[in-house]
Amino acid sequence: MSSGSEIQRHYDVLIVGAGHAGANAAIALRQGGFAGSVGLLGDEPEAPYERPPLSKDYLAGDKTFDRLLIRPLAFWADQQVDLLLGCRALSVDVLQHRVHAAEGSAIGYGKLIWASGGAPRSLVCEGHDLAGIHAIRTRSDVDRLLGELPGAQRVVVIGAGYIGLEAAAVLTKLGKHVTVLEMQDRVLARVTAEAMSRFYEAEHRAHGVDLRLDIGVDCLEGSAGKVTGVHLRDGSVLPADLVIVGIGVIPAVEPLLAAGAEGGNGVDVDAFCRTSLPDIYAVGDCAAHQSVFAGHARVRIESVQNAKDQAITAAKSIMGTDIPYQAVPWFWSNQYDLRLQTVGLLTGYDDVVVRGDPANRSFSLVYLRDSRVIALDCVNKVPDYVQGKALITSYVQFDRAALADDGRPLKSLLTA
Amino acid sequence: MAKITYISHDGASHVVEAQSGHNLMETAVAGGVPGIYGDCGGVCACATCHVHVESSWLAVVGSAQPMEEEMLELTGDVRPNSRLGCQIVVSDEIDGLVVHIPENQGY
Repeated sequence: MSSGSEIQRHYDVLIVGAGHAGANAAIALRQGGFAGSVGLLGDEPEAPYERPPLSKDYLAGDKTFDRLLIRPLAFWADQQVDLLLGCRALSVDVLQHRVHAAEGSAIGYGKLIWASGGAPRSLVCEGHDLAGIHAIRTRSDVDRLLGELPGAQRVVVIGAGYIGLEAAAVLTKLGKHVTVLEMQDRVLARVTAEAMSRFYEAEHRAHGVDLRLDIGVDCLEGSAGKVTGVHLRDGSVLPADLVIVGIGVIPAVEPLLAAGAEGGNGVDVDAFCRTSLPDIYAVGDCAAHQSVFAGHARVRIESVQNAKDQAITAAKSIMGTDIPYQAVPWFWSNQYDLRLQTVGLLTGYDDVVVRGDPANRSFSLVYLRDSRVIALDCVNKVPDYVQGKALITSYVQFDRAALADDGRPLKSLLTA
Repeated sequence: MAKITYISHDGASHVVEAQSGHNLMETAVAGGVPGIYGDCGGVCACATCHVHVESSWLAVVGSAQPMEEEMLELTGDVRPNSRLGCQIVVSDEIDGLVVHIPENQGY
């Protein structure tokens, strides 16, 4: 015996990761009539739940946890999906088709779907392990944060991505004094063009957020093991009762890479979500695929849409129907009364057209590559979001003046 | 509490006890009604909870709000009585409501 451990269970399909991707893989298998055994293994104690509200409605106290469940508990039993919760996959034995989930235990699989998402990137500077420093990735992260919130007035958010800004919006509304620190020279730098960054910066400042750009964190200081301040690279110190860190996610693929899977930033998958290892698929935040929407560049997309649609692709492939994954990516972010909806990927854009006036708090950015529409960011502008999808999938070249004409519905450009 | 009846495209009827304050999408998901998904969690961002409101109920439930109406364009089979389930909040007033699930929502 090479592994030295007894196989305790075997599933025809074992899914590692019980987030949006893993849950939807199980649902898609059963919806497709898959009759084999299905195990859904997750390292958190909760049944699959939605993560997007963690930085929005759940943080705000507007939604209780039971309303975040992707399916009611009884659903999983009804569908004969075994939930293996509170259980972390440590390694994969590709030859034996086993996942080692904890010391001494092994779970056999026929097909494996890796849907383990990622872990929030942590600070590495001095003081990173003080109490009062929080990530927003899991229910327990947010419950801990909520537990400390009543006693906290000064909140420092490190990182001005979606998570940091959504949290800043909620906490400002709750009356906290919020400072947001960003190393880059604009917010949302990874996911939007500068015009959108500037708009969101102005909105957050107008709501009372102390937003500081181009600033690095030197270390965190504390008293009696609890954070009390953030030392900035410019030498100043920000007092803090609570710190939220939103500086990205590291895909949880180490066991797969260690088993020989190709990858680096996530695990590489083909159009059917197959990894380079036999009988092993990967879906969701941890899977890197070549996207037609990114000029065939390999991308890793962290979104509900990608999690669900890749899960369906993998499930169908397992059931014998290979349909390449090419769903149009979409995203949303709610901050204050602003609804940002994005369709497409802006990877490699060479031009941006503004539709409408940001001063009216209803406008869109249209991202172009070689005059073809590759993505739209729409703020309080649902028709552009809805109609923009067809422009992206048309691969037609558009005149930028026509795109900029806010009086013309986007769909009219396709028939022109 | 209100009883909501969801009728699938194949005619199957699903009756779910709904909690006041919850919306029609989450009520359906919690009740195991097939064909209603709510990928975005009920924030009117995905249009995967499309329903046709039984015409006799339309006056009580009301028709789609502008933003919702715009999102409905992402779905198929849009009719005057089309709504997104996540935008209908359960109250005693809609006890007995009947909605129909269009065919095109699936995995």
